[in-house]
Amino acid sequence: MSSPNENLYRMRAFKNGIAMVFACAATGFGLLWLVWILITTVVNGAAALGPALFTEMTPPPGTPGGLANAFYGSLLMSALALLVGTPIGLMAGVWLAEFARHTRLGMVVRFINDILLSAPSIVLGLFIYTAFILPVSALTNHQVGFSALAGGLTLALLVIPVVVRTTDEMLQLQPGTLREAALALGVPQWKMTLQIVLRAARAGVVTGILLALARITGETAPLLFTAFGNQFWSSDLLKPIASVPVVVFQYAMSPFEDWHALAWAGALVLTLFVLTLSLLSRLILLRDRSY
Amino acid sequence: MTDNSQALTTVMATAPHAGEARSARDHRHDLWFRRTVCGAAMVVLGLLACIAGSTLWGGAEAFRTFGLDFFTRTDWDAVAGRFGAVVPIYGTLVTSFLALLIAVPVSFGIAIFLTEVAPPWLRMPIGSAIELLAGIPSIIYGMWGLFVFAPFMGEYLAPWINDNLGAIPGIGALFQGPPLGIGTLTAGIVLAIMIMPFITSVMNEVFRTVPSQLKESAYALGGTTWEVVWDIVLPYTRSAVVGGVFLGLGRALGETMAVTFVLGNAHQLSASLLMPSSSIASVIANEFSEAYTDLHRSSLIALGFLLFVVTFIVLACARLMLMRLSRKEGL
Amino acid sequence: MNTVAPMRTKIQVRDLEFFYNGNRALKSINMDIPEKQVTAIIGPSGCGKSTLLRVFNRIYAMYPKLEARGEVLLNGENILAPNYSMNRLRSHVGMVFQKPVPFPMSIYDNIAYAVRHHERLGKRDMEARVEQALRGAALWEEVKDKLKQSAQGLSGGQQQRLCIARTIALKPEVLLLDEPTSALDPISTGRIEQLITELKEHFTVVIVTHNMQQAARCSDFTAFMFMGELIEHGDTDTLFTKPGKTQTEDYITGRFG
Repeated sequence: MSSPNENLYRMRAFKNGIAMVFACAATGFGLLWLVWILITTVVNGAAALGPALFTEMTPPPGTPGGLANAFYGSLLMSALALLVGTPIGLMAGVWLAEFARHTRLGMVVRFINDILLSAPSIVLGLFIYTAFILPVSALTNHQVGFSALAGGLTLALLVIPVVVRTTDEMLQLQPGTLREAALALGVPQWKMTLQIVLRAARAGVVTGILLALARITGETAPLLFTAFGNQFWSSDLLKPIASVPVVVFQYAMSPFEDWHALAWAGALVLTLFVLTLSLLSRLILLRDRSY
Repeated sequence: MTDNSQALTTVMATAPHAGEARSARDHRHDLWFRRTVCGAAMVVLGLLACIAGSTLWGGAEAFRTFGLDFFTRTDWDAVAGRFGAVVPIYGTLVTSFLALLIAVPVSFGIAIFLTEVAPPWLRMPIGSAIELLAGIPSIIYGMWGLFVFAPFMGEYLAPWINDNLGAIPGIGALFQGPPLGIGTLTAGIVLAIMIMPFITSVMNEVFRTVPSQLKESAYALGGTTWEVVWDIVLPYTRSAVVGGVFLGLGRALGETMAVTFVLGNAHQLSASLLMPSSSIASVIANEFSEAYTDLHRSSLIALGFLLFVVTFIVLACARLMLMRLSRKEGL
Repeated sequence: MNTVAPMRTKIQVRDLEFFYNGNRALKSINMDIPEKQVTAIIGPSGCGKSTLLRVFNRIYAMYPKLEARGEVLLNGENILAPNYSMNRLRSHVGMVFQKPVPFPMSIYDNIAYAVRHHERLGKRDMEARVEQALRGAALWEEVKDKLKQSAQGLSGGQQQRLCIARTIALKPEVLLLDEPTSALDPISTGRIEQLITELKEHFTVVIVTHNMQQAARCSDFTAFMFMGELIEHGDTDTLFTKPGKTQTEDYITGRFG
């Protein structure tokens, strides 16, 4: 008599078994690719890693060299991007969390910011090209075209939404009582916000800035036609400048073996840097929470 | 204890502070503070409009020259100055579709594993590993695709696909072609691997918002893990899961580097997934800095405008669907 | 018990109404709060006692959609008047909250922070002020060797006394205490209650509490509120021994709330 029930039970258990096997297999499958990619990068990159990588210029094919000018260019543009993007992002985040938490305009800005957060970076590059490079080029009689400044501004556009989002979230996490306690002492709102609330949320805000830096570190596409590239050492913000991802792209796409090796080394450094940044930001958040 | 009282007497005896002037100044500073931060927020708001406006303006020449033909022509010839967007649009859609086809089930499986199957001590490390991997620059995926996966594809997978799937009548045309290694299918797979950690972490996060009482009561009724996932977790989080998939789609559509390396930048329309093709982003990345005619450049910017509009719509849908879950949580 | 000197009224509340999103939370409150005495406000939760307290320094104004109508006179001036400066009001009327909220800075800076905003003091004067404020809040002996350490390392009771010290360092005239001991253990509570009786020599103290014994122990006057109305207000001894209204009697004998 119990056989129909037992069949049903067996059927359900079977289905569940398949699903569980699928879940485990999917995890294995997913991790397989990712591990494969990481191992490839480490193995190929480590082979070309050496002090020359950081001290010598990008070479012509067939001669030894490094990526020193590209590292410098990336550093310069990232610094510029953080310098421009962080204050704007911080302020907009402060506005969202402190002045516009439940207003309609605040919702709209938050929504738009979330979209900018995942907007294709290559379009941001096109935006800087048409809205910055072309007008500047026209104004300077075509003396200034692709430039480090344009590259830095493009990266700043990628920094802003990340910083806005984390600042907004981290400030909202701060208790209202902290704000009340400060205002109850007769401290004006700007001091309360900048010196008390932002300070209490600083770990989270710093994390956001680190994540933004991690994001722009490997960004390649929009730099191709904003910063362009440069074989030489350049500090001129109004001249084209080399950057690690762009050099990696160009070298990897070339037919030369020694350029491939340099590209792998650059890729490995980028990966390690990004992973370090993510780990660092996690550590900061963890320490802040345990405190 | 009189000590305390004495201290208070001393405090109260100090000179009174000047209130009024300070107060007016504070008020003025507050006003400026508010205006400044509001201004920054308006910059964010304005950015979106500026991006759309400037790419539309930059692409105006192409739109004027070709009109609606821009979206229906398949030829892309820089020398002859004829530009049609069909091939890159088709390439973008197909690679993204392939990527979702592979990445969504796998991500779903990993998310189930992480929330329901894995022992607790395993959840944290695997979850963090996947989130860390989501941050790896896409250029790394592209290089791996070019140097490691494409040869593997050309050597083993493509011939096998050719022999086994190419013979099937009807869909066989999708799988015929020389085993080049690079091409639409390769790009789709690399793209899938790239967006997988991304979709996984959204799903993982979303699954965790399901109230544990809900799941526990289902388990208490004797439900299997699969039944709980399929009948309780998924319906509860449906809109957010779709939102996460759309976020992944938004990324796949706009992704440049992972695709550019392995797509081949070919402007011929071909039915086979094993043939090289091009996507909007890869065409822009490959050709923009070398575009010498205004029309060529304008056509590329017009493509960028199109990409922006499409991803905007996809991402807006994604956000709206994710918001529906958080509203449910708020109730 | 009370000093013989004639009592002046510090705060006069006249026909005060309070609206929360259009809902009336306070109904026509009239009340005189005497200077340099401890006035306790008691009542069941949701009766509006905290709301009333939060009108006295207008801290409610930081949230949208809250509105107070009527008059609250501090030293005869209406603090609800639009031209009455908020920052000035708050340097005269200090407030200590239910949960201790130390600022994310050192113990010293927690106290010096707001003083720096209101007054320009030399280094020595500031150090003296911080010390006296900490002594006034009976905290000095416990923290004098770790003034540079973060305030978040203090115990809950110490943090609450730090918040009191932070407030009295500004030399306010009125001290508002919003259930200042509800998050503390009995020993810390005892110390703070003792402190309250000392503070009234210098400040007008208004304390909101859900703890009737606390009101009976440390206040001179008690007001009983129920459903947004002020039911009874008078001498603490009288209110607890011979309450005038049955609602008050029901509440203090534990028949509801």
